[in-house]
Amino acid sequence: MASHHLKVPKTIKLFIGGEFPRTESGRSFPVVRHGTDAHFAHLCRASRKDFRNAVAAAKAALASWERRTAYNRAQILYRMAEMCEGKRDEFAEVLCYTQGLSNDAAQKAVDAAIDAFVYYAGYADKYQQVIGNLNPVSGPHLCFTAAEPVGVVAALFDENSTLDEITAGLSAIICSGNTVVALLPGVTGTLLAPLAEVFATSDLPKGVVNLLTGDVSELAPQFGSHMEVQAVSVQTKNEALLAELKIAGAENLKRVAPPMQTNLGLNNILQFVEYKTVWHPVGY
Amino acid sequence: MRSITVRGPEGRLLPILVPPVDEVGAQERADFFTKRSIKKESKLQALYLAIRMCDLTTLEGADTPGKVLQLCAKAKSPVPPGLFAAFAEKKKLEPIPSVAAVCVYPSMVKVAADVLRGTGIHIASVATAFPSGQAPLSTKLDDTRFAVEQGADEIDMVINRGAFLSGRYQEVFDEIRAVKEACGPAHLKVILETGELGSLDKIRLAAEIAMEAGADFIKTSTGKIQPAATLPVTLVMLQSIADFYRRTGKKIGMKPAGGIRTAKQAIQYLCMVNETLGPEWLTPDLFRFGASALLNDLLKQIFKEATGRYYYEKAFSLD
Repeated sequence: MASHHLKVPKTIKLFIGGEFPRTESGRSFPVVRHGTDAHFAHLCRASRKDFRNAVAAAKAALASWERRTAYNRAQILYRMAEMCEGKRDEFAEVLCYTQGLSNDAAQKAVDAAIDAFVYYAGYADKYQQVIGNLNPVSGPHLCFTAAEPVGVVAALFDENSTLDEITAGLSAIICSGNTVVALLPGVTGTLLAPLAEVFATSDLPKGVVNLLTGDVSELAPQFGSHMEVQAVSVQTKNEALLAELKIAGAENLKRVAPPMQTNLGLNNILQFVEYKTVWHPVGY
Repeated sequence: MRSITVRGPEGRLLPILVPPVDEVGAQERADFFTKRSIKKESKLQALYLAIRMCDLTTLEGADTPGKVLQLCAKAKSPVPPGLFAAFAEKKKLEPIPSVAAVCVYPSMVKVAADVLRGTGIHIASVATAFPSGQAPLSTKLDDTRFAVEQGADEIDMVINRGAFLSGRYQEVFDEIRAVKEACGPAHLKVILETGELGSLDKIRLAAEIAMEAGADFIKTSTGKIQPAATLPVTLVMLQSIADFYRRTGKKIGMKPAGGIRTAKQAIQYLCMVNETLGPEWLTPDLFRFGASALLNDLLKQIFKEATGRYYYEKAFSLD
């Protein structure tokens, strides 16, 4: 018997504070299938108010996330890899339709995305040992330096960012205890639904990762000027945008991190940590 | 209409009329105030007004003179004046005003009074065995007199909920009258502790008793019990005030306390006061917010208007 099932496509919404709201502005933009004019989906065009709400959620989540043990953060990141594995076909389908990848290439991209979760899961409870150290000082002091998360990080991805760049960028930020508000602009926004479902089902506390879709040029100034945002990760090669963000971010000494050189690397974590040096007197 | 009778001054019988409250209607009317959009000029005016209406409060077992001094400093100038002036000049904003009052325990009144004398900031003290009110009347009166002697010019008393809930309204009425007398020149705010009263009908009754007994203000909560101030509860109390004013010509003040943390909520309350009692009530003499966290959010929103940037908590002092 022929199937008369009507396919129910997924509505792609935002991911803020563990929930899936539509943009408060009610605006949307269409995304087409790669290389055609055929409609694929409508995505939310997030407003600055959505961004502000997302920052509030990220700020609220920060205290408990950074206080969790590094071991627990590692477990949660590893759980994301597990969840991602289960959504392999959904990711691949979106990549094929919207980025024009072959099925093979799409599967490889999902492999790389999962690898990124595993890589940063491994680093979550190790990076402090790798870079923290005892400082040699001349005097009766024990002096050591430890890395701490900077706080709320805003991540701006590029329209050409790949799935593995996105998972690597986000994992590198949260593995040290930061929380993040990320913009997946243009067509990358189609990845929001499966990605958000991975985060929502990995025991990740709500608000640690918040995802928006929309327009870079509209939201970038807000990313730079919001005083509660401690650092901005910029994955787009647009030099003018980078300069603008640095100027806007100067008022609260916001760190503006340039695009990652490679997806997997300790340096991606260190962009978003602050160093605390402690001098402790020792007795004779 | 329900009616109870209490024995008032010189043994006169005093009927207290209590119209029934429509719970669903009150809830719906209150929800209505959460759907307004107050922007720009009006928002700024509301934010400044809300600061002038704040009773900056610390009521913890862990209060120390140091903490109270810090609170008083913040009450006088909520932000360092120089810091705000730099932003405000461009937008021609007024300086940030002082708050209405500092609210502390009786043992801390002297500490606050010494530094706030001459600033125009009132010193409010909770009294009458706050927050439970479970002490003999003589203790409650001593508590009140002590606070006034120490320099409090506003007393926040709690009603005897034990008596109220068992129907001993006369006792509740007499206690409020006795405390009012003990206050002398100080203003009396009567805390109904609405979270323990059970229904809007009972809240209405308690409000009527408090006003008949001589309250200058009626106040929702101690802040120690959840739920504290909510919009429907405040609405019912505001309506009682409106009816009392129509009957007697006396203007009673209102103070929601506990649970009001954001500027957005504060503006909702202001809209409700304006539409229930009218603009004459939009003054610190007749409306107060009992809050501690609210002030920082009000400042945050004013800074947002002044600088165009969303502000952050670390920019403001904690207490």
